[in-house]
Amino acid sequence: MTEVGALLHIAGALLMGLGALGAAIGIGILGARFIEGVARQPELMGMLRTQMFIVMGLVDAVPMIAVGISMYILFAVA
Amino acid sequence: MAANEVITSGEYIKHHLQNLTFGQFPDGHWGLAHSVAEAKSMGFMAIHLDTLGWSFFLGALFLGLFYRAGRKMSCETPSGFQNFVESVIDFIDENVRGSFNGKNPLVAPLALTVFIWIVLMNTMDLVPVDWLPVLAQKIGAMFGADPHHVYFKVVPTTDPNATFGMSIGVFILMLYYSIKNKGIGGFTAELTLHPFESKNPIVKVLLIPANFFLEAVSLLAKPISHSLRLFGNMYAGEMIFILIALLPFWIQWSLSLPWAIFHILIVLLQGFIFMTLVIVYMDMAHDKGH
Repeated sequence: MTEVGALLHIAGALLMGLGALGAAIGIGILGARFIEGVARQPELMGMLRTQMFIVMGLVDAVPMIAVGISMYILFAVA
Repeated sequence: MAANEVITSGEYIKHHLQNLTFGQFPDGHWGLAHSVAEAKSMGFMAIHLDTLGWSFFLGALFLGLFYRAGRKMSCETPSGFQNFVESVIDFIDENVRGSFNGKNPLVAPLALTVFIWIVLMNTMDLVPVDWLPVLAQKIGAMFGADPHHVYFKVVPTTDPNATFGMSIGVFILMLYYSIKNKGIGGFTAELTLHPFESKNPIVKVLLIPANFFLEAVSLLAKPISHSLRLFGNMYAGEMIFILIALLPFWIQWSLSLPWAIFHILIVLLQGFIFMTLVIVYMDMAHDKGH
């Protein structure tokens, strides 16, 4: 394997791993706070769930995009 | 993946990611691009026939189905589809009432159109990746084209041109309603007198460049992040479906089935988020608070 190919593989791995790490922490905190909120005020559950899904979609976008780009780098470029 | 053609996985992926491009060649005549390099050489004077065709078809499908449901509406014996349409409209209505505080009859229909249209376009991702492109290659071969040079990308939202088209349309509406509701002065004040404020008029003038820079960046970032979020998600999903299609056919179901089920969530969620952001941006344009 050439040096460029090896570096591309490392780049793809970093893209996927670090993106997933950040989003995992973020979505973990989000879910914990959602459950806390529901435990305090169960009547707000519907509203909180909608808001949680909006934020989850916003956070989730970043690692998904990273996965797509890193897959492209790993399989089509490298 | 057709077994009798020897192509590498990289070529297979790139073939799937290339649009059916119609445009003007550098020498002046118009035609279909037969390779990636030819499509690139067309530059700006090119349109993606597959993106446009599928998005128009799905938009027409949405309008036709909803129009039909509206014409055949009955209070005594509602059909199943009528109930579905009513629940979708209730859902949109609830969201618009929740996050939009201005007065504008355009926003709820806009949100409905954006939501259903994007969900339909995203749903094309759930069609197996090779079915429609191979069908297009067969049709192309009937008209005498080399099947290897027939490109076909089915999901319109995996083409940044489609998502940018929508987000820039929303951006123009946002600017129009901002200026209409706040006046040129109000709109300019919003751009230049925030976020750093001062009572002293001289300091106020001095702060204008910094404020304008920050506000201009946040204004221009809106359509870009709006469209790239949808594009990136659908592109990544499509990419993973294409990679799964590289596996031997008897094992594909074990990966594509769970991914497709997970992808249903993303399809609906991204449509919903795009719609929510449209409503939020419209609300900002009608907000006379500052």
